[in-house]
Amino acid sequence: MYAIEMVGINKHFGNLQANKDIHFSLQSGEIHALLGENGAGKTTLMRILYGLYRPDSGEILVNGQKTSILSPKDAIQAGIGMVTQHFTLVPTLTVAENVVLGYTHSQLVSQKDIEAKVKAASEKFGIHVDPSVMVKYLSVGERQRVEILKALYRNAKVLIMDEPTAVLVPQEVDALFESLLKLVKTGLSVIFISHKLNEVMAVCDQITVLRDGQVTGTVKKSATTQVDLAKMMVGRDTSGISRQIEHKIGKPIYEVKDLNALSNQGLKTLKGVSFTLHRGEILGIAGVSGNGQSELTKVLTGLLIPTSGSVFMDGQDLTHASPSTITKAGVGRTPEDRHEGMIGDLTVAENLAMEDLDKYTHNGFLDQKAIVKDAEKKIADFQIKASPTDALRKLSGGNIQKVVMARALSRNPKVVIASQPTRGLDVGATEYIRKKLLEERNRGAAVLLLSEDLDEVLALSDRIAVIYEGCIRGILPVSEATAEKLGLLMAGTC
Amino acid sequence: MFKYKIVRASAPVWMRTLIPIVAILLSFLITSIFVIIAGANPLAAFYNFLIVPLSSQSSALEVLVKSTPLILTGIAVTFAFTAGYFNIGAEGQLYAGAIAAVWIGINFPQLPSIAILPMMIVGGFLAGVLWALIPALLKVYLKIDEVVTTLLMNSIIMYFVSYLLNDYWRNPQSGYPQSPDISAAAHFVRLIPKSRLHLGFIMALLVVVIVYFLIKRTPLGLRMRASGANAAGARFAGINVSRTMLTAALVTGGIAGLAGMGEIAGIHFHLIEALSSSYGYTGIIAATLGGLHPLGVALAAVFIGLISTGSQTVSLALGVPVYLGDIVQATLLLVTLGMLLLQNYRIERR
Repeated sequence: MYAIEMVGINKHFGNLQANKDIHFSLQSGEIHALLGENGAGKTTLMRILYGLYRPDSGEILVNGQKTSILSPKDAIQAGIGMVTQHFTLVPTLTVAENVVLGYTHSQLVSQKDIEAKVKAASEKFGIHVDPSVMVKYLSVGERQRVEILKALYRNAKVLIMDEPTAVLVPQEVDALFESLLKLVKTGLSVIFISHKLNEVMAVCDQITVLRDGQVTGTVKKSATTQVDLAKMMVGRDTSGISRQIEHKIGKPIYEVKDLNALSNQGLKTLKGVSFTLHRGEILGIAGVSGNGQSELTKVLTGLLIPTSGSVFMDGQDLTHASPSTITKAGVGRTPEDRHEGMIGDLTVAENLAMEDLDKYTHNGFLDQKAIVKDAEKKIADFQIKASPTDALRKLSGGNIQKVVMARALSRNPKVVIASQPTRGLDVGATEYIRKKLLEERNRGAAVLLLSEDLDEVLALSDRIAVIYEGCIRGILPVSEATAEKLGLLMAGTC
Repeated sequence: MFKYKIVRASAPVWMRTLIPIVAILLSFLITSIFVIIAGANPLAAFYNFLIVPLSSQSSALEVLVKSTPLILTGIAVTFAFTAGYFNIGAEGQLYAGAIAAVWIGINFPQLPSIAILPMMIVGGFLAGVLWALIPALLKVYLKIDEVVTTLLMNSIIMYFVSYLLNDYWRNPQSGYPQSPDISAAAHFVRLIPKSRLHLGFIMALLVVVIVYFLIKRTPLGLRMRASGANAAGARFAGINVSRTMLTAALVTGGIAGLAGMGEIAGIHFHLIEALSSSYGYTGIIAATLGGLHPLGVALAAVFIGLISTGSQTVSLALGVPVYLGDIVQATLLLVTLGMLLLQNYRIERR
């Protein structure tokens, strides 16, 4: 009998089929990995199991019995716990308070009482945290332990862990694995969502691989290798991709040397990143999200100051330059997250003019007519479906991205930083943005393309690098790059 | 489970214009309860609140007199809020401006109006800026919440005013806690004979127009709106968000300082502790009611001026407490804030 069986699960969001007829079975007392690239449907499937989403069709069996899970409350009732990537703890409450929160049966809460209970639970499960400490004083790893304890305290027999290692430092990862292995011996079953092959091989018994919302296979760890898993994960029909005809790459123009930077949480996220961009080339940086792409984008667009290293363009030092200096130097900057980089409450025309306010200022006043006129031109050039005076927030994602591109590219930049330029866009908008990037390259600009979409990187790039845990892994010419090779690099093997 | 869900979406234009009107009607409905408790007829009360003050020239002008400082504090708050700086300290900045205006008005008795009034205006503005400086620097350089610091600065200046009136400026004969009078040349002229409407009203309207153009038509205004709406986006576009916010945080103090200066030169001619009847805080209500649009804020300020004039009339005519006016104002604010949510959310059927 299985602890959990998910049978024929389908789920769509708009036009996107996130889960396609998925069958997934979890045995009691095993650690079962859900492996797949970003957007493969892992998290969606688990959110269905935890009652956060409702499937379009399909059913869930807990211990062989059909169970209707309509909310996390139902899931907890059925003995399912989930530890998400973003923790759900209240920082100003103590560990004990967080653990019992929403799970007390009396109206009065005695601090002593709950601390004793939580202490007993923490000893029983071998998860060591001080119940009396406020959560805000805990490290990320400790907070994760509290989340696990919280689930176990609610009598979870099945624990879903959504990319638990993404936020941890290596020592914490080891400690996590140790306690997971101990817990399954006591009868707990764990679903371990990951895209890192080495981790999956280190702790899991069974591995189910998802790709494009479908199961590509379930294998025993003992019966597989990292190379096989990588193939299952990214292996695909590449016939649809139009390879670029041999293209002449120009002189070097943009030099990034030994860049180191910290994330918001103070973790070392970029570790000695170096590469050179040449005129008339697209350098694609492939990689699973969270491997330093955000920080690299922020450093190169002037939002984050690196701890060491340098960025030079045509001999000009841009390492510590402000966003406007970088723009003026001739870098077309686009944000990784278009909603963070643009201002929804302002109009399309105002957003387009934002980098050039000096140009539009006459006698201390903004030249509204010029702003609107230039916006009309850019709107026509980039086929944006909007009028200049529309509030930007009213536009679709694709049109907002076109506004982003229009602002960055209409200055004819020498270097273009394009970070996740087509994330979340429909096919039409995606094609259009890709075409624009190729036009930039053909014009002679050097384009840096950071993308989680391996197909995109393969289709557009002249050279391809992989970013993994803040390091650049091997820069290959596109002729030598295959999906399998890149998949292995992306998953942290070789 | 639920048949309806709330989605984030902007409301259609007709709804945006309807919101203040519905807010006002709803507030009157709610405050009717208090009017009834006070033992009066709600219709009679609102007739006295809204119609009576406007039915004679002298009381209609008095409404404008009451509105003058409110327009200025409302605009001051609008200026700061637009840039995402939540200045709750207009009250204190108003007193800073008043102190400077009084000091100049007392100490240069030989100067003619043409010289001393500009000095008082500039002095009042700068004093407001100076009083806004500490919270502004704390916010921009140390990220300390301005809501708390600007609010606390209000209490500090009230104690300073108290010291000035009870010691430095204390009248040795009468012993009243009030400063000496400013020179006659330092008075704002009355715009209409036999009324208290003074030049300060024109000054307030000028400020409305200037701030309107500043916010809507200048690069600084666009930078402020961008920083206020999405600081990350503004920073990405190359805007120096810290500097923009600092500018807004200082100018807001200056405008509030003008409100204090106007009350000195136009109404009181000396400093007293009760110079402002919470104009700094009521300015926040005016700014919110006016939707942070300078012209809307000016209208809202006049409306609040009407209610506070009206609360006197109601009190005299029906024998209810003057505080009913405060209740109307407070209810209006709460209802408007609630209604503003509708601007950004829509309820949809699942």
